Amino acid sequence: MDLEEAEEFKERCSQCAAVSWGLTDEGKYYCTSCHSVTERSQEVINTDLIPNTQIKALNRGLKKKNNSEKGQDWYVCEGFQNILCQQAEALKNLGIGPELKNDVLHNFWKRYLQKSKQAYCKNPVYTTGRKPTVLEDNLSHSDWASEPELLSDVSCPPFLESGAESQSDIHTRKPFPISKASQSETSVCSGSLDGVEYSKRKEKGIVKMTMPQTLAFCYLSLLWQREAITLSDLLRFVEEDHIPYINAFQHFPEQMKLYGRDRGIFGIESWPDYEDIYKKTIEVGTFLDLPRFPDITEDCYLHPNILCMKYLMEVNLPDEMHNLTCHVVKMTGMGEVDFLTFDPIAKMAKTVKYDVQAVAIIVVVLKLLFLLDDNLEWSLSNLAEKHNEKNKKDKPWFDFRKWYQIMKKAFDEKKQKWEEARAKYLWKSEKPLYYSFVDKPVAYKKREMVVNLQKQFSTLVDSTATAGKKSPSSFQFNWTEEDTDRTCFHGHSLQGVLKEKGQSLLTKNSLYWLSTQKFCRCYCTHVTTYEESNYSLSYQFILNLFSFLLRIKTSLLHEEVSLVEKKLFEKKYSITKKKSRSKKARRH
Amino acid sequence: MSDFSEELKGPVTDDEVETSVLTGAGMHFPWLQTYIETVAIGGKRKKDFAQTTSACLSFIQEALLKHQWQQAAEYMYSYFQTLEDSDSYKRQAAPEIIWKLGSEILFYHPKSNMETFNTFADRMKNIGVMNYLKVSLQHALYLLHHGMLKDAKRNLSEAETWRHGENTSSRRILINLIQAYKGLLQYYTWSKKKMELSKLDKDDYAYNAVAQDVFNHSWKTSANISALIKIPGVWDPFVKSYVEMLEFYGDRDGAQEVLTNYAYDEKFPSNPNAHVYLYNFLKRQKAPRSKMISVLKILYQMVPSHKLMLEFHTLLRKSEKEEHRKLGLEVLFGVLDFAGCTKNITAWKYLAKYLKKTLMGNHLAWVQDEWNSRKNWWPSFHFSYFWAKSDWKEDTALACEKAFVAGLLLGKGCRYFRYILKQDHQILGKKIKRMKRSVKKYSIVNPRLSY
Repeated sequence: MDLEEAEEFKERCSQCAAVSWGLTDEGKYYCTSCHSVTERSQEVINTDLIPNTQIKALNRGLKKKNNSEKGQDWYVCEGFQNILCQQAEALKNLGIGPELKNDVLHNFWKRYLQKSKQAYCKNPVYTTGRKPTVLEDNLSHSDWASEPELLSDVSCPPFLESGAESQSDIHTRKPFPISKASQSETSVCSGSLDGVEYSKRKEKGIVKMTMPQTLAFCYLSLLWQREAITLSDLLRFVEEDHIPYINAFQHFPEQMKLYGRDRGIFGIESWPDYEDIYKKTIEVGTFLDLPRFPDITEDCYLHPNILCMKYLMEVNLPDEMHNLTCHVVKMTGMGEVDFLTFDPIAKMAKTVKYDVQAVAIIVVVLKLLFLLDDNLEWSLSNLAEKHNEKNKKDKPWFDFRKWYQIMKKAFDEKKQKWEEARAKYLWKSEKPLYYSFVDKPVAYKKREMVVNLQKQFSTLVDSTATAGKKSPSSFQFNWTEEDTDRTCFHGHSLQGVLKEKGQSLLTKNSLYWLSTQKFCRCYCTHVTTYEESNYSLSYQFILNLFSFLLRIKTSLLHEEVSLVEKKLFEKKYSITKKKSRSKKARRH
Repeated sequence: MSDFSEELKGPVTDDEVETSVLTGAGMHFPWLQTYIETVAIGGKRKKDFAQTTSACLSFIQEALLKHQWQQAAEYMYSYFQTLEDSDSYKRQAAPEIIWKLGSEILFYHPKSNMETFNTFADRMKNIGVMNYLKVSLQHALYLLHHGMLKDAKRNLSEAETWRHGENTSSRRILINLIQAYKGLLQYYTWSKKKMELSKLDKDDYAYNAVAQDVFNHSWKTSANISALIKIPGVWDPFVKSYVEMLEFYGDRDGAQEVLTNYAYDEKFPSNPNAHVYLYNFLKRQKAPRSKMISVLKILYQMVPSHKLMLEFHTLLRKSEKEEHRKLGLEVLFGVLDFAGCTKNITAWKYLAKYLKKTLMGNHLAWVQDEWNSRKNWWPSFHFSYFWAKSDWKEDTALACEKAFVAGLLLGKGCRYFRYILKQDHQILGKKIKRMKRSVKKYSIVNPRLSY
């Protein structure tokens, strides 16, 4: 047999990656450069590659493919639905109530499909062929019950029965060219029905679903439920693999095949970024036209008073500081319901970065108490040290230097571990993603090689070193009184830095410096840039510590500190007469 | 950050963009690459995948530096994923990095053994066609290191017959190298056989069989090696064994041609050993003195402290030409300029004798020519009081030779000379006396001689 006949076979050779095929006498393909014979024989491939064959033959070919290699038809939005389902399930396992999955996220998603005209509306974008099976039971992960009364197009044929009669439609009536048979000949293709079209789609006013967007949906639902998870917690859980995100597609049902364009849609090689998800949350909230969210009141976890308490504990600062943070919250009005509650339909839709704000308040309080100019905090520490030596029985005064030494050590260790864990992170899924069918064997062979190499090297690794992944916790540092190596400062007093005046307490330190001297007049969101070297070392340390805790950029925290200060001192200056219990602030 | 860079580029996939940069004119600009990358992803930050894998690489390097093989293996486990990098440039570079790091780890790791190394090497050979030859060669060297000659040979033979795609010039050199190493291994067996043969009596019944064997080996080897040594480079062990075999079979012209070419071809990097080999060959062939002198002259220019320089000196000394005899003095001074030769008694003996002879032959100008550039530093370099003391303690003969030279060059007032003179030594007493007389007579600072 000659070479010409083998030209249609375009896959790469799994042995030598060449595309040069001949046919054996049994009609099997063999590689002309390395002479390895494939399992594939001529007929199967020809049926779907010769364009002029009758529809009948083509159908037969298609069916064969559907069952074996190409899997079943599916739409991109179904993929996202599956991932959202996985994520909601994971949140449930983290202890979030089941309502989040069954009611809140479910409704948000339905609303999204409706708003983006993918389902539950008169003219969905998928005009012909099989409708995407959204929110139906036949996806193995999903237990979201379908709610037919909401579907505008009730006659939507169920997934499994759609097969036979809609096959013929594909070539005649599909609005976008996604006939499977033609795909294997072009270089751009996808496993999903609308992957190619989806990645090109750009419609004004419609928020397109992306991987980061799934987290925005999760966070919105958490916010709606007023759950005790902040955005930074959520993203940290994603990074620690407690919530499916990277490679979430590998848990798709077996019949949902991904390749080509799906790779760009579902394959992701970055962890989510705080600011990005925060922006997307607002974007999605506005797009869905959601009503005002439930009020964030003082008993909610997201209220700054509670979050401040949490973070004070986390970074081993005295409980007494909580009074001061509460006071700052009160003065700035940052604890008010209207300020805290997310209202997407308001004129300027914005939500609060609850965690960043709480931490910024703590930073401001630290600045009020210790000034953090690389000078006063140390002289106050000397006083505290002397006092503690003399009065060993009393409640000890808070010693900033001692706290710094302990925190610095703990922080450096944590950060080192974190960096090591990141460097060891395994990004690639068990199911390799490939661009086209030509690349498939190569991609699978690469995967196999990596697995083999890893198997080999795992025998060289100390088995005790690779402990299983740690259980999720909202605390990263733990401080207990029993631990003798690491002093716990929770019970220490602030007497050394406060002084009584009548009934009220004043900070001994009467100075203050503003993190930002000038605010941009324009409407740009950035307040100022954070140039590390311009600031005192203690301020830098504190910013680094907290931004590591939240996994955010230091500049973002600095910005938030400036915003808190802006609020705090504006009020102070506008109501000059009002007798304040503490804080005498002055520009420095 | 979203990872939908592909959307921005329309139907062009990542790979196409990158490869077009790479293939341009066969050049690769890393800065251009990163620039294009940032354009492609719309100025967004680097993917975390790229960040963590490059962090992983530096952790491995650090662990290797600190000989923490265990940790290195742990990070290596994660680093394998770069083989699946979506950046095609990095993906192509990955196998080589992995091979280098991995083989280093497996070479030292306490839990590793020959078997693991072999499996690893075999795997790496088949990851991408680009590395097959390089990995094979290094694998063979590893086996050689562990004394597994047979396996190494089999490995090289496999690599030699491996064919894939076009034969690029870089690949041809690698194949030549592989063949040459195979030749070197064959030479090793041949040379063992030759040893056997030399132990056998010519009348021994086994003699013929072994001799036949020796002969068979040689032509295979020479074919393997000769291709490589025509390419410019430093091929010392190959050249040496090749010449040895040629000589053994009486092909002197062939051997001389190879050596001459190796030493004199301008395309080859300058290599002192090439001249050493040629000189030794000529010496074995009893070549005329002038020929040997011209070879050593080049070596002298390259390595004035080479141990052959003393031999060079004796050749020059015997020469009839005056300029050669002057060069003979220059060479001796040259050798002693080097700190490594300061205790070379032969060099001092030669210098002492030759200085006397030169001065007796009324060639004071020759001596002064050499001495002028050295009189600033030789006294403290060679003839200090400290050296006099320690030389006398370690090696009295050396001290005597040096003292004589010192006396001739610096006069009898010189410290070194005076110190040795003061030593009372029974056996050397006579010699010292003779020395004293010669110094008085010939020293260049002697007023009677400095006309």
